[in-house]
Amino acid sequence: MTKTLNPSGDTILKVEDLRTYFPTRTGVFKAVDGVSFELQRGKTLCVVGESGSGKSVTARSILQIVDKPGQIEGGSILLTRADGSKTDLARLDPRGRDIRGIRGKEIAMIFQEPMSSLSPVHRIGTQIGETLRIHFGIRGNEQRARVLELLKQVEIPRPETAIDRYTFEFSGGMRQRVMIAMALACNPSVLIADEPTTALDVTTQAEILDLIKKLQQSHGMAVLFITHDMGVVAEIADEVLVMYRGKVMEKGPVDQIFHAPQDDYTRRLIGSVVKLEKKAEVRVRRAEMPTETPPLLEVKNLSLTFASGLKAVDDVSLAVRPGETLGIVGESGSGKTTMGRCLLRIYDPQSGTIDYRRTDGRTLDIRTADNATLKDIRREVRMIFQDPVGSLSPRKTVGQIIAEPLKLAGMKGSERDDRVAHLMRQVGLEPAWRERYPHAFSGGQRQRIGIARAIAVNPRLIVADEATSALDVSLRSQMLDLMMQLQDEMGLSYVFISHDMSVIRYMCDRVAVMYRGRIVEAGETDRVVNDPSHDYTRALLSAIPHPDPRSRRIHNRFRYEPAVKRAQFQPMDKS
Amino acid sequence: MTDITHLPPDTGPSFDLAGKDIAAAGQWRLFWLKFKKHKIALVSLVVIIFMYLVAAFADFIAPFDPNATNARFTYAPPQGLSLMHEGAFRPHVDQLRMTLNTESMRREFTPDPARPVPVGFFVKAPQPYHLLGFIPMETKLFGMIDPKPGDSMYIFGADRLGRDIFSRVVHGAKISLSIGLVGVFMSLILGVTIGGVSGFFGGWVDLAIQRVIELLRSIPTIPLWMGLAAAIPVGWPPLRTYFVITLIVSLIGWTSLAREVRGKFLSLRSEDFVIAARLDGMSEIGIIFNHLVPSFMSHIIATLTLAIPSMILAETALSFLGIGLQPPIISWGVLLQEAQNIRAVAQAPWLLFTPAAAIVISVLALNFLGDGLRDAADPYEDVS
Amino acid sequence: MLRFIIKRLVFAIPTLFAVSIIAFIIIQLPPGDYLTTLMADWASQGGAVEAGTVAAMRERYGLDQPIYFQYYKWIAGILTRGDFGISFELGRPVTELIWNRLGFSLLLSVLTLCFVWAIAIPIGILSAVRQYSISDYTATFLAFFFLAIPDFLMALSAMYIMSAWFGQSVGGLFSPAYVDAPWSFGKLTDFARHVWLPVIVIGLGSLAALVRIMRANLLDELSRPYVTTARAKGMSEFELLIRYPVRLALNPLISTLGWILPAVISGEIIVSVVMSLPTTGPLLLRALLAQDMYLAGSLILLISVLTIIGTLVSDILLAITDPRIRFQ
Repeated sequence: MTKTLNPSGDTILKVEDLRTYFPTRTGVFKAVDGVSFELQRGKTLCVVGESGSGKSVTARSILQIVDKPGQIEGGSILLTRADGSKTDLARLDPRGRDIRGIRGKEIAMIFQEPMSSLSPVHRIGTQIGETLRIHFGIRGNEQRARVLELLKQVEIPRPETAIDRYTFEFSGGMRQRVMIAMALACNPSVLIADEPTTALDVTTQAEILDLIKKLQQSHGMAVLFITHDMGVVAEIADEVLVMYRGKVMEKGPVDQIFHAPQDDYTRRLIGSVVKLEKKAEVRVRRAEMPTETPPLLEVKNLSLTFASGLKAVDDVSLAVRPGETLGIVGESGSGKTTMGRCLLRIYDPQSGTIDYRRTDGRTLDIRTADNATLKDIRREVRMIFQDPVGSLSPRKTVGQIIAEPLKLAGMKGSERDDRVAHLMRQVGLEPAWRERYPHAFSGGQRQRIGIARAIAVNPRLIVADEATSALDVSLRSQMLDLMMQLQDEMGLSYVFISHDMSVIRYMCDRVAVMYRGRIVEAGETDRVVNDPSHDYTRALLSAIPHPDPRSRRIHNRFRYEPAVKRAQFQPMDKS
Repeated sequence: MTDITHLPPDTGPSFDLAGKDIAAAGQWRLFWLKFKKHKIALVSLVVIIFMYLVAAFADFIAPFDPNATNARFTYAPPQGLSLMHEGAFRPHVDQLRMTLNTESMRREFTPDPARPVPVGFFVKAPQPYHLLGFIPMETKLFGMIDPKPGDSMYIFGADRLGRDIFSRVVHGAKISLSIGLVGVFMSLILGVTIGGVSGFFGGWVDLAIQRVIELLRSIPTIPLWMGLAAAIPVGWPPLRTYFVITLIVSLIGWTSLAREVRGKFLSLRSEDFVIAARLDGMSEIGIIFNHLVPSFMSHIIATLTLAIPSMILAETALSFLGIGLQPPIISWGVLLQEAQNIRAVAQAPWLLFTPAAAIVISVLALNFLGDGLRDAADPYEDVS
Repeated sequence: MLRFIIKRLVFAIPTLFAVSIIAFIIIQLPPGDYLTTLMADWASQGGAVEAGTVAAMRERYGLDQPIYFQYYKWIAGILTRGDFGISFELGRPVTELIWNRLGFSLLLSVLTLCFVWAIAIPIGILSAVRQYSISDYTATFLAFFFLAIPDFLMALSAMYIMSAWFGQSVGGLFSPAYVDAPWSFGKLTDFARHVWLPVIVIGLGSLAALVRIMRANLLDELSRPYVTTARAKGMSEFELLIRYPVRLALNPLISTLGWILPAVISGEIIVSVVMSLPTTGPLLLRALLAQDMYLAGSLILLISVLTIIGTLVSDILLAITDPRIRFQ
């Protein structure tokens, strides 16, 4: 099955004025509204946009696999076939034989969630081989041999045993490799990748991006890459298409988009990304923190082992000084969230100390505090949650949610009402909205409600667990700015937990890097970012996509090989 | 500082265009808005309210004493109620003329259109009675106006003792429908307590309770109920039998409720907003009543509604077999005892089909209602 | 896999033990022990009972011993000698009375299960794939309707319809000529001619429930991302439906066997009473009405054990079809 590689550069897919609409009870939702672009052989086109921009629907429209009730209303999708003829995919019957002959064979697709996008009850070999059977009628041993070859191509270790395993026996990155193997089975001329690395950690993301690049070169494919991450765009794109609310805002070569954006929205988008590439202005300008003050919180040798035997927090020691922000960075499963929750005794760590300095200067071990003391301390140490939906009770009004800690602290009547109104203004919400329920608010607004609840009782330390991860990039810096503003107003200290190095660099004074329950490195943020001392930190930093197409670097990143070799097939991991 | 870049997900939440009201709409209002869309459930709700009203005002609605016998009208067929007579509005039934079929030695009834028995609303009751047990009344909703000897009004026929099936079914509703409610109430107490304990404490308590529930669910219900019900001494007073039977039928019902409550407890316990409340300094009791109970209240109501019909069916089955409630108690199951053999049914199908229709309609309506409630139970599903 | 099966078998032991205790409690429930009932019975027939005979029987059944000892004697008799006690009403050992009827109960239940599954799955699929179509609404309404009709009412109505409209009297599993005849081809066809009505009557309620479950499961699965993945491979809609969502929707359906089986057995008992089928149902009812407790208790015990075995089989089936369960 060799195909004559056409020289790169000729157009293979030409989309013109594509419109995909979703009829709803209340009207028509125009998910894709007049989108046009061209895809060239051997090139990568990145479609970028925030949630709800219609980028994913655009990708699905090409294969006519838009979820119900979405439908292509107009426009054309011209595919240049191997024999040089052109077919308009938008005209084909979505259930018909013609489009089926193109799906998986000429245009293949990979998806965001490799776990749920693969069947849990079929062996991966079966799922990959199926494509060969459908399009070429290859069965039996020939099919198996071809699948093994594909698994080797996507660098899955020990293909002979992997072929008979189920998806849940693989880690997230391996599952995505299986998806890629499936997509490559028939040597497609176009690969559509719909946020294929969003669910993965940065180091795994870098590996998958590498793999796609490599395969694109060896197979001569055109790649349509959907993502919300400008860093990824800068690293891999040849051409970029910026989408917003179903429309194309701007398109052009990647360098132009990043360095000479024409459109306002693109400029703002790039701006909010670039803003997060360095330390926040307010922090650069701020006077040096006194280093000799006694720490507000000092954690020593903290360990927590779950009943399952998982050592989630392993001998962690750290300190938070008054008024500073300590970042905790790590990938999924590093134990950073668990560690943060230990600080408030949501989990009970088995050993170590969490010494907290009260206002009167005495220190108190949170780990062994009794219930009454704990209740007091929890007014001074508060938490902001990751999920702006799950952390607000849908059954209470916003006013009630913010008032709850005040009520429990004994504040009553109009004093409490005034305080709630003040808090809402402080976080940028209208006090008039207090009678509304959380469902009436957007994600960013909900996170503000969560912040208002956290600062309601004038705390001294706030543990913020991935507080900006659920938000689009343009909202992220707003939220961080708000948190820093509050920090300066109220003299707060933060423990800021995140997987995202850019937000850590933006706002944290110091940072601790966690890896498998341990802190491998800690220090001033500038020092750790610019001159990491631990190999893992180096690997982590070099895997982060850099939003500047002129300095692409993840393809020649530093790779960390821990002393203990990873198990070949990890059990279900968190991703 | 508004989030202009944030957009609702592709399908678009339904509240988007519904106005500001929804923004300030609480749980129960959203619940009702969602429930209202389920038309069959809405109709069922009306049917259920109607049936429980009939049960409550049975003495007023039933034209006759359900135990009054009349040897003259053994197995009298239903007499159709007509509203018009000779072109005028005069509700009546046709008098039944009885002939003896000498071949089969059975009495046969034929309606005689020439002799209408006038029927009126708010007529004087045959005997004074107490409505709801304490309001003395002498009026019935409807009945024969000034009955003469030989007149009868069996709109749904009569049984082998000439008792009025309609009055009996109306009175049977009292027991059959209330057994569902009382049984559900017992299930509720058992289920919420045990399920709550199981979900709240977790660990080995949870494990033990879950095993017991699994065990109870793996035993076929009918033989178990039969075994327990058969042990009720025949001589017991009706009220005590009633309660024991209710207890027996709720013995299984609580398990599904306990599972529901436990599951909700477990999943809610690790929800961020519950953890947030704990960090706010709320006590465990406070969390249960402020956060957990409101969260699964609607689910419990739906589960309870769906449990009522199975209890009604259980009582009916046991009484039908003769090991549940016994005459002189009147329930739909007891009424069906009369239709136990196919010969009786063949001779007087109304013995079977009248109580059967009452059972099927109420169970059907309760199931539809429960289905609608369950769909609406989580009004935040498509909102958030 | 073997470990999974062994684990399940070990888990079943406490359940079996608990069931035996429940059955024993039911035996003990009626006031007085069964000798008192026996004596009352004899007295009503005018016979005098010698004090010596009573004492001898008391000792034989351990009736003057503490309750746990009586349980021990009862369960030991069952486990070691297959001795379920004596039906005092019929004056014969329980074992002589039950096996044949238990066999028919089992046969009827299995036939019903096959019928229910064979019909429910296609209807459920159709209902889900054509969601909100006329056929979906019809299936949904019929499902609710049949769920609302108690088994015995269904049996009576079916019998009434057969006799009033078709002039056929139904009842039993055989024509009188074949009841005591040995098995032959003729008997088999006669059996088939009788058995279909009870199977439908018992099955309709569970059928309705299964259609609802299959529909809901499949609707869940149809919206999963792996369906889109398979579609993006170029698979035809029908192959896709059968190979992925239907295949996955069947797994929870298999686990429903755990409660469909008790429901079918319950239905079988009550329907058998109405249609006078030669199964455990009528025997159990008669035993209970006559307070023939050893017979009744043994029947309840054996029916429950059958159910537990059925649930066990469904667990193992589920593990075979769903690797996620197997690898837990």
